[in-house]
Amino acid sequence: MDLKTIVLIKQVPDITKVKFDMEKGRIDRSSAEAEINPFDLNALEAAVQVKEKVGGRVLAISMGPPQAISALRDAISRGADDAILIEDKRFAGADTWATSYTLAQAIRKTGDFHLIFCGEKTVDGDTGQVGAEVAEKLNIPHVYYVSKIKNVTVEGITLVSEMDDASYVVESGFPLLVSVTKDVNKPRLPTLREKLRAMKTEVKIWHYEDMSEFLNPEKVGYTGSPTSVHKVIVPKEKERRGRIFKNVDEAIPAILEALERERLI
Amino acid sequence: MSYNMIGGKKVIVFAEQRGGRIHPISYELLGKGREIADRLGAELSSVLLADGMRREDVMELIYYGADSVFLYNHTVFREPDIIQYKHNLVKLIREEKPEVFLFGATHFGRSLGPRVAAALDTGLTADCIDLQVDEDGELVQIRPAFTGNILAYIKTKTRPIMSTVRYKVMQMRERDLTRKGHIIEKDAEISSERSPKFLGKEKESKLNIADAKKIVSGGRGLGTPQGFTLIKEMADSIGAVVGSSRIPVDEGWISKEHQVGFSGNTVKPRLYIACGISGSPQHLAGMRDSEMIIAINTDPSAPIFKFADYGIVGDLYQVLPRLIKEIEKRKANKIE
Repeated sequence: MDLKTIVLIKQVPDITKVKFDMEKGRIDRSSAEAEINPFDLNALEAAVQVKEKVGGRVLAISMGPPQAISALRDAISRGADDAILIEDKRFAGADTWATSYTLAQAIRKTGDFHLIFCGEKTVDGDTGQVGAEVAEKLNIPHVYYVSKIKNVTVEGITLVSEMDDASYVVESGFPLLVSVTKDVNKPRLPTLREKLRAMKTEVKIWHYEDMSEFLNPEKVGYTGSPTSVHKVIVPKEKERRGRIFKNVDEAIPAILEALERERLI
Repeated sequence: MSYNMIGGKKVIVFAEQRGGRIHPISYELLGKGREIADRLGAELSSVLLADGMRREDVMELIYYGADSVFLYNHTVFREPDIIQYKHNLVKLIREEKPEVFLFGATHFGRSLGPRVAAALDTGLTADCIDLQVDEDGELVQIRPAFTGNILAYIKTKTRPIMSTVRYKVMQMRERDLTRKGHIIEKDAEISSERSPKFLGKEKESKLNIADAKKIVSGGRGLGTPQGFTLIKEMADSIGAVVGSSRIPVDEGWISKEHQVGFSGNTVKPRLYIACGISGSPQHLAGMRDSEMIIAINTDPSAPIFKFADYGIVGDLYQVLPRLIKEIEKRKANKIE
């Protein structure tokens, strides 16, 4: 028996380059290149390592605009075997509830599976909620903040999960959803050969119609979202513009004085 | 997705415990919960799922603002078993029909919250840093997104409105021993849903950097793992905890629990000293709300300087020993 593993991927702007319009409270997505959410690279690597150890296939799934196809090609070049992009105007504006509903229904449509991997959170939404919501909607257990995969067989998986007070060793059978932290592995870089393979691999695109038998139109996109953003502000970067010293002899007395004044020493 | 309100409005706060100790975030949530409940004219309850919790410890939740506490005592709550917690919370929420339900955005709360919200088909807003009742009497949830670069104001159309709330941002109330409230003991119901099995703890984290009052952090500029010896010396001289940016953790110079930043810990100490840290957006997102920030870096254009109250353009290996020497001198003078 081979394991069927699914990886959930999101395309995000490169957060180190993206510009924010303070006046309009807008994010200028054109200011930065899009890439796979950095946390999802660890999820993908975990899935590929599971496949290498016990055999099976890795399916990467993403919901996003048409251009997110490039993130899925990137995922293939990093070891995914198959990829599906869930793309439709009707899915736009989804919050974590509607996103997880749509993803869970797409996963149902793909049939039985053993494992779902996702990253701890995305660098744009920052919520970290979609994984657990998908698990609940699929009625499968989940383990969050996984920093280590201790063992995996066709029967089950042993993981280390970082909870607030301790690292817990957790064991589970399949199916299971696992959300990983950046500690779990070092994602590989795609080789040129893999990149070429990715160019030739078909990325399936599922529009609303392709999934309609699994979907309730009231539950997708903006309409299906229980939460909505009413306002966005780009806070003035709380720059402090404090005193910067180039001369250490001047700096040390000033800093000591400040520390004493604030009773920090 | 929604239900009609029966009786008075309720606000419920999830009180988190591990090993029978109530996590302080529970008291912070009660502080905010009290404010919201008073604005909405609602009752404030807390729910505590634990094993063998003593009534006198549970009373603390009342001293910090709850009108009542739903208390579950069962061995199944000894482990952070999401499925069992979820099952009982979902049942309670269906019975009590609160308007608002709050979780702490701890690892456990962030893992449990989405599960409960999805089961109830209601919205959940992650990692809020403020909750306000607006002029229409609606709850506005404010949360950072884009790695802390923007603030989003979010409203929820389903009930209960659920949020996870970041640790150390809400004010807890004064502990008031005269407050009266009642403890409602509930019977735990065991779910037959499949749940991962807990085999044990690998290591207890002794360091909780999020609680530190002073932090001295090292970054790439240390150049070698040995650099942390000097960072530790600096930290010891002022009674601080050692922190790190991402690179030293990735390089294996120091363990992950020391990491400050978006993918590590968010901290808000009284003093943060960044040594050899350039100040990537990810690092800044984790420390820029510190009360006083001091930066030491050889590169005058390092972004960290824009966020520092005091900056020294210089080599940390020259600056820190001098700073330590001066601090030790002052300490010695004080003793005399």
